[in-house]
Amino acid sequence: MPGFGITTMKMSPLDRVLLLLTGILAAYQIAVGMDGFSTFPILAYTISFGVLLIAGLLLIIWGFDVLDSPMVVIVSTIIPLSLSMGLAWQHLASFRTSYLVFAIVGFLAVTLTRSIPTPDKIQTIVLTLVHGIAGMTIFLLPILLALQGKTQPAFALVGVGGALIGIGGLLLSFLKAGKPILSRETIFKALPGLLLLMTICFVAGFKFG
Amino acid sequence: MSAQSLITNHQLPITKKIAHYWSLTKPLQSGLLLATGLAGYMSARCPIFNMGTILGLAASLFLAIAGSTVLNMWWDRDIDAKMRRTQKRPTSSGQVSEREVLRLGLVLSILGVGWAVAMGALYGLIVFAGLFFDVVVYSMWLKRRTAWSIVWGGISGAMPILAGRALGLGHIDWIGLILALGVLFWIPTHTLTFSMKFEKDYADACVPTFPSTYGLGVTRATIAISSVLAALAMVLAGYGIGMAWGFLRLLGVLSAGLLMLAVAITFKPSERVNFGLFKYASIYMLAAMILVVIEVI
Repeated sequence: MPGFGITTMKMSPLDRVLLLLTGILAAYQIAVGMDGFSTFPILAYTISFGVLLIAGLLLIIWGFDVLDSPMVVIVSTIIPLSLSMGLAWQHLASFRTSYLVFAIVGFLAVTLTRSIPTPDKIQTIVLTLVHGIAGMTIFLLPILLALQGKTQPAFALVGVGGALIGIGGLLLSFLKAGKPILSRETIFKALPGLLLLMTICFVAGFKFG
Repeated sequence: MSAQSLITNHQLPITKKIAHYWSLTKPLQSGLLLATGLAGYMSARCPIFNMGTILGLAASLFLAIAGSTVLNMWWDRDIDAKMRRTQKRPTSSGQVSEREVLRLGLVLSILGVGWAVAMGALYGLIVFAGLFFDVVVYSMWLKRRTAWSIVWGGISGAMPILAGRALGLGHIDWIGLILALGVLFWIPTHTLTFSMKFEKDYADACVPTFPSTYGLGVTRATIAISSVLAALAMVLAGYGIGMAWGFLRLLGVLSAGLLMLAVAITFKPSERVNFGLFKYASIYMLAAMILVVIEVI
């Protein structure tokens, strides 16, 4: 495998089915899961679920090899950043501007540290910071809102999805950064199921929350 | 055809023969074009649960599309025999006799066009035009002469969706034409990717293609431009048929994926990207047709 010195891992039919279901759920969320939201959250959620949908389709087409692309780090950053941006815009009115600035700067920082020669340490710090803040926002905000009774209890599912996306994003990002937390095979084996479970949590959380 | 293959052909059990006939109709390709025809019909928001019309549309279109495909295979059997990709087809391998293939193609085509004409003169005319452009203009006249023959193949492929919409409306409107343009621009992503992947095959068979005539760079740029135009046409058509905002948004997202791959094929070309665009374009078109249908239901 280019860059890893490991043989190609074949995608099983079950993996493809799981990814297809993930794509269908993401498509559902884009098409009908945002009715009643204002323009900015719709834009933010469309970006996150859109990237998820297209990434799922490309995974089905190209197989796990596509995860060797340097674009993966950037793509796996867009999803949590845009999702957390939508949540912050909807539920943290006083932090809208500051979170927007963080999202833009965070995205640019990840993209730049991946595009120009940058010390590994800085790449890792930037990645951890951006994923950490975005992931914690998606994880904690819906759960807190549900606990406070400001949303339906089911909205906490979005937080569960946030935890899963955080895990998936970090696993992929550190794998790409050359510092894998789990083995490549284990990550790839778990990824389709993780993506589906995460998407189910998001879609159910938004629908019933 | 050799005596041996004729004997073998006559001795074939009926199930095997039907399997050969079925493969001659290129069921996947015909099925996708049929799906565009059904989507075109439903996009007109006509009474879609009129089972008689739906079944008639599906059957007549499938027969006509399958018929033209079989006739193409009959005409191109010498080319197919020279190309590694196609030399195992029943026509080129002698598993089905030439005369049998010709008869099958004619019967399917006559049944398809006849049924279409019986359902509506305009609908029948468009179905006939699709068959004529595909068999006579594309295969018989231009395919061995110019790389631009694919334009006529594309126009032919765009006819089912136009025919379906015309059957639903009773006339041709701008949305039908835009839908047809969407399919027309989508087809080069298929045909040109194939012509790049099997460039040597086409060269061996002396079939002019974009890669052999204009080079890989121009071919990739053509694929990229036609993908962009296909995406624009589908979004415009979606807007025209009054697709709900959420569905349009989804179509926009899927189009963005197509555009992204079009950019990738232009600036960072590789066989993997070619293959990815080829596959994605099929999923895109199928998804666009499903969206049109779901939206109306």
